[in-house]
Amino acid sequence: MVPLSAYVAVSAILFMTGLLGVLIRRNFIIVLMSVEIMMNAANINLVAFSHYLESMSGQLVALFNIAIAAGEAAVGLAIIVVVFRGKISTNVDEMNLLKW
Amino acid sequence: MSDLTDFLIKLIPLLPLLAVIANGLLGSRYSHETAHRLAWGSVGLSFLCTIGVFAEIVKTGTAREVIVYEWIFGGDLSINLAFLVDSLTCMWLLVVTGVGFLIHVYSVGYMHGETGFTRFFTYMNLFMVSMLLLVMGNNYVVLFIGWEGVGLCSYLLIGYYYDKTSAAKAASKAFVVNRIGDAGFLLAIFLVFIHFKTLDYTKVFAQVSTLSPEMATAIALCLLVGAVGKSAQLPLHTWLPDAMEGPTPVSALIHAATMVTAGVYMIVRNHAIFDASPMAMEVVAIVGGGTALFAATIGLVQTDIKRVLAYSTVSQLGYMFLGCGIGAYTAAVFHVITHAFFKALLFLSAGSVIHALSGEQDIRKMGGLSQKIPWTFRLFLIGTIAIAGIPPLAGFWSKDEIMGHAFVTHNYPYYIVAAIGALLTSFYMFRLTYLTFSGPSRMDHHTEEHVHESPMVMIGPLMVLGILSVLGGLALGFPPEQGWLHHFLEPVVGAAGTHEVSTGLMVALMGVATAIALLGWGLAHFLYHVDPSAAETGAARFSGVYRILLNKYYVDEIYDFLFVEPLKRLGTLLDWFDRTIIDGLVRGVGRTAEWSSAASTWIEKHIIYAGLNVIGYSNHLAAREGRKVQSGMVHHYAGLIVAGIFLLALVVQFIVQR
Repeated sequence: MVPLSAYVAVSAILFMTGLLGVLIRRNFIIVLMSVEIMMNAANINLVAFSHYLESMSGQLVALFNIAIAAGEAAVGLAIIVVVFRGKISTNVDEMNLLKW
Repeated sequence: MSDLTDFLIKLIPLLPLLAVIANGLLGSRYSHETAHRLAWGSVGLSFLCTIGVFAEIVKTGTAREVIVYEWIFGGDLSINLAFLVDSLTCMWLLVVTGVGFLIHVYSVGYMHGETGFTRFFTYMNLFMVSMLLLVMGNNYVVLFIGWEGVGLCSYLLIGYYYDKTSAAKAASKAFVVNRIGDAGFLLAIFLVFIHFKTLDYTKVFAQVSTLSPEMATAIALCLLVGAVGKSAQLPLHTWLPDAMEGPTPVSALIHAATMVTAGVYMIVRNHAIFDASPMAMEVVAIVGGGTALFAATIGLVQTDIKRVLAYSTVSQLGYMFLGCGIGAYTAAVFHVITHAFFKALLFLSAGSVIHALSGEQDIRKMGGLSQKIPWTFRLFLIGTIAIAGIPPLAGFWSKDEIMGHAFVTHNYPYYIVAAIGALLTSFYMFRLTYLTFSGPSRMDHHTEEHVHESPMVMIGPLMVLGILSVLGGLALGFPPEQGWLHHFLEPVVGAAGTHEVSTGLMVALMGVATAIALLGWGLAHFLYHVDPSAAETGAARFSGVYRILLNKYYVDEIYDFLFVEPLKRLGTLLDWFDRTIIDGLVRGVGRTAEWSSAASTWIEKHIIYAGLNVIGYSNHLAAREGRKVQSGMVHHYAGLIVAGIFLLALVVQFIVQR
């Protein structure tokens, strides 16, 4: 029987990985992927607690989350394509128009 | 018929007024001929109207009141622009319009070619209007309007040659001295109103018996002050001789024949009030007698032809006042009328002389003119004989009546004063005549060549006045105290008070008067014709007296010292006070405001604006620095979110849960 803490630990490791990816990497696609990782870390957490607490609502939210992640990926990739057409670059640092 | 008379009465002052308006407003647009025709024409028509009114008054023998315009009414005060024409007013109207008309005609010749010709006639007509209002008014206010009006015209006409300093000064002097008298007159009007609650003559005189003697004296003396100012009596006589700066027709009309007799008119008009106060009567007589003698002595030594006549006018006015003072009102009025004739004649002939000599007025530079300007000489001589009081010319009858009245009412001091005055009058008038017309010529060559007789337009009026001077006395006042004038004036001034005098005494008095006049003539004849050097030795022997007389008793100097100089000094002091203290205060207030505004400006600029600027700049700085947070870098935002979550977690961990 795998204890809850293991799930939470895996989830935390994944989340930190995703977070670091968002903060450190400059490639827009990588950042988007890191965001997906973070979201999946949250999903693992939800499913784990759902099992632990014997409640189905956690799993429901996880499924809902997956749907949102798909939408998010679609929108995000569309934005990347549009930006890329203008800038010929996927570097996040060059996309700083919304400032001041 | 009565409507017509009322209409004529209204026309009398209206006609000259229309001429004033026409000449005053439009005079510059048309020729001098039109202007003078309007001027003398209007006065002539007034004269005709006066004759019409006069005939009606003689026929009916009753006074007539005409209300032209209800002017002021309210409470118990009601003042109308209304005319009262009775026998007294009638006589004055005849003199004013008649003599005025002659002098207007004369002026056409005399003023020919002068600058301001139209202005002259405008003023003259304005004077006629004022003088007519003065004598025609039925209440004190209308009288006062006329009184001030004639004063104004006198000022304007004395200062006719306004670019001449002496004329301008004389005009101001006349005006200022007259103001003193006017103040007294105003006080009298106030007193009358306080006591009677009305200013109409008829109402006032009807209840004059309710006056207390003190009140009567007060009113009468205030009136006297006014009369003294206007009629140039002691001590306010100083303006009249200086008034000779005006053109000669002005001197004749205003300063001899009409305006200066306004004081006498006022006293006679108010004789009911004067009768109620024996003390005031005494003062009137003393003023009159004193002036008659005083001015006559000055007249003895003056060397300016017009000034001699001016002092003679003052002296004759003194006679009229003396007559009023001893109750001989009719005699006073009589003297006013005859005086108007012969004094106008004298002044106008003097004007003719001056005209002939191209403006020379000093009798020391005349002489020997009788051949060169014979008509002027004859007419001047008639005037001289008339004023000297030699029968049967006009002056004798009126002057003799005043003197006779003084004698038979046992006012012997006044009789003596009047007799001495008559002697002096006769003497200085014949002196003037001799110095001007006989003896060797003392003119300079240039003037002598240009001597010429005046034109007919000037001599004509003189002849009329000459005839009046000869016959006027006989026609109006013969026999003495029983003449036509006395009966005519009886309704106004009361019965002349015929005295039980034997014919012998009357004839004796007349003889004395004639003798006095002839004595004066004889003296003058001796001193200035037979033995001219005697006059000079006489003057040298009494040089002190001579100098005092020549300087007119130093009255002007005394007034200068007593009133004019201190007032000037007071004026300077007040001027200093005004400039330094009052203006200083005002300027101080202004400067304080200036300073405080400067200070508040400084405060606003440097403190309030600075505060506002601090707020503005700090916002600006904060914004400049703060906006750097919004870098546009996604990582920065993400980092901040993470940091925020950690902080939030820490807060929840350590603060909220604790």
